[in-house]
Amino acid sequence: MSKLIVDNAVVTDEWTLVTLPVVEEEVRKQAGKVVIFKLTGEVAATSEQIAGTLIPDNGKVIVPFSIWQARKTELESRLEAGTLGIWLESFELVEDLISSITDINQLPVIAINFPRFIDGRGYSLATLLRTRYGFRNQLRAIGDVLRDQLFYMRRSGFNAYVIRADRSAADALASLRDFSEPYQGAVDIPQPVWRRIARPSYQPSRGAAMITPVDDID
Amino acid sequence: MYQYDEIDQRNVDERVAQFRDQTRRFLAGELTEDEFRPLRLQNGLYIQRYAPMLRIAIPYGLLSSKKLRMLAHIAREYDRGYAHFSTRQNIQYNWPPLERVPDILAELATVQMHGIQTSGNCIRNITTDHFAGIAPDEIVDPRPLAEILRQWSTFHPEFAYLPRKFKIAVNGAAEDRAVIQMHDIGLDLYRNAAGELTLRVWAGGGLGRTPILGSKIRDDLPWQHAITYCEAVIRVYNRYGRRDNSFKARIKILVKALGVDEFKRQVEEEWAQIKDGPNTITPQEFERVSQYFAPPAYEKLDASSVSFDTKLATEPGFANWVKRCVHAHKIPGYRAVTLSLKPTGIAPGDATTEQMEAVADLAQRYSFGELRVSHEQNLILADVKITDLYVLWQAARAHGLATPNIGLLSDIICCPGGDFCSLANAKSIPIAMAIQERFDDLDYLHDIGDIELNISGCMNACGHHHVGHIGILGVDKDGSEWYQVSIGGKQGNDASLGTVIGPSFAADEIPGVVEKLLQVYVQERHDDERFIDSVRRLGIAPFKANVYAGRDRKEAAHV
Ligand code: SF4
Repeated sequence: MSKLIVDNAVVTDEWTLVTLPVVEEEVRKQAGKVVIFKLTGEVAATSEQIAGTLIPDNGKVIVPFSIWQARKTELESRLEAGTLGIWLESFELVEDLISSITDINQLPVIAINFPRFIDGRGYSLATLLRTRYGFRNQLRAIGDVLRDQLFYMRRSGFNAYVIRADRSAADALASLRDFSEPYQGAVDIPQPVWRRIARPSYQPSRGAAMITPVDDID
Repeated sequence: MYQYDEIDQRNVDERVAQFRDQTRRFLAGELTEDEFRPLRLQNGLYIQRYAPMLRIAIPYGLLSSKKLRMLAHIAREYDRGYAHFSTRQNIQYNWPPLERVPDILAELATVQMHGIQTSGNCIRNITTDHFAGIAPDEIVDPRPLAEILRQWSTFHPEFAYLPRKFKIAVNGAAEDRAVIQMHDIGLDLYRNAAGELTLRVWAGGGLGRTPILGSKIRDDLPWQHAITYCEAVIRVYNRYGRRDNSFKARIKILVKALGVDEFKRQVEEEWAQIKDGPNTITPQEFERVSQYFAPPAYEKLDASSVSFDTKLATEPGFANWVKRCVHAHKIPGYRAVTLSLKPTGIAPGDATTEQMEAVADLAQRYSFGELRVSHEQNLILADVKITDLYVLWQAARAHGLATPNIGLLSDIICCPGGDFCSLANAKSIPIAMAIQERFDDLDYLHDIGDIELNISGCMNACGHHHVGHIGILGVDKDGSEWYQVSIGGKQGNDASLGTVIGPSFAADEIPGVVEKLLQVYVQERHDDERFIDSVRRLGIAPFKANVYAGRDRKEAAHV
């Protein structure tokens, strides 16, 4: 059973997710940890990882952003063919992705990884891709993706979700409908509620009952 | 006060349904403890040391009699007949059975209440001045903006999984009673030279392990931009705040790491992109929400009352209470009244079912059916006629709600501590009680005058110990409970953080330590000098010397 939800339905996934090879702890130490993001202490891919990443020769692939950056020439033709997607780690900068590509909408799919579901950076990355950089194609959430976060993901601009392998995508569909009338403007509904709907103004009569004491407490 | 329309109601009802299903899945083993944790926290449910704890939001501290009666009902039906008012102007139940929490939330939804975002790494309950709308020094009523921000922050999709909790406070008065500099974002409302509603924005304040007062990051922000500006601040934080170490994950650490100027620059750069976007507040919406906070139907009263003056002159007990518990009001003939939840022998901030029902009745009878919760953990009737004060005092006294100690030593701010909280290093409630017992003599308390003593059971500082004139912090030393004492902290416009006076103490030493601190004050004070003023003038040295005088150095060498 497919784990991919696109919009409101479970569908077959045509894309292959390419991941970096896991590095042995020792190798990483020999190579020296390259901390590219001091504040959050995230670790960049090593050159061994980048060279060692296997990309299938055919079919649609979603490659790590670090691979796209390092092996661009090799991937250009697939970008032209519309069979290349890119995925971002939650600590990678959406601005770097934008400046690495002429037209962001050349990518049929961008995926954002949630290393743990409590890592909320992906919501801001998605929001920026949609509202600031005009990305119109499929935006998918990958990684630790669980049904209880889907509503917020959709509101932040995701329209595809790869539910974690041990959970059912069909069950998760229900959570996309958790709330029917959100307050604030976000990606899916940009207008806040007060711009969408005429809300009632204060009716003094509604408060009157509280002003008149009901029971005597002497 | 704000009244829900269908949209507000549907949101809380849908939230109850969502949480009911999540609880069901958790109990059925379909959600792990780790997966359920943020979901329950964002509904106010903690798993504590002995039982769950449920925190219910009281938006900006405002309650109606009807809501308070429901809170009393919950305490009776689902808990042990009492509840605890917290320093965040919320209410907490200490023994609710986990499987019944969805039912509790469903009952609360019928009176427009909920536990939404009272915990978890999201935007928390928005707080403000407990004298909002009535304070003589008020420039702008902060509640309409607080309500608009409440709605905006509720289920904010982008900011539900921040690095850490995020607290916003709004002040609109000359004296900052909302302690905005202790918040992740503090908003100061004022009128500019042209008379327009304007905001000053503070960011990066917070207590906890690394207490820091907020820095001013913006002046002259027109009120329409309150939401988009907060979005810019929180987006920068959500993207770049630390997530590798929860002790370093608050926005204050980011502000410090980047430096205020760089942080400001990033916020401004982000804001430039979203300024004037759809979340810009419209005058219509501001006006619509403001109507709910219009003043109640005040009567035209004389500014003074002969009968009141007579009672004051003849009944010292009443006069004492008026002195401590009755506050100025901007409407002639009206006063605000604090009902003390700090009698000796009761955990600070606790109220029984009967007391809550009594307060609901008193509010209905004497204060337009509304009341407030202060972050000092007391209840406030904001609109009492001066001619009703005497009967109100009698009724409050009958329910143990008239201890005349507001602002005095025994009006202690205290977190639940080791009796309830699983994060605690040490108990805090027994310390508060021991101090209240030792200093039970009202004449002495009145002589000492205005002083704030705050107690936290651990670094998380829920008891705001850093800003107590005397702060007490529970610390763990080789598995036993010790207490670190600081002096010189203060909330308000000239806020400061306290300085630790030296090695920690055992629990039974604390009342004696407080006594020695007060001895120095009584000896050294100038006329009209409060404890905090003396500490600021003298520094901590004489206090320290008196407290540690004659102590065996080995014995005192803890922590
Ligand atoms: S200060 Fe610590 S002990 Fe007290 S309530 Fe907060 S977390 Fe618990």
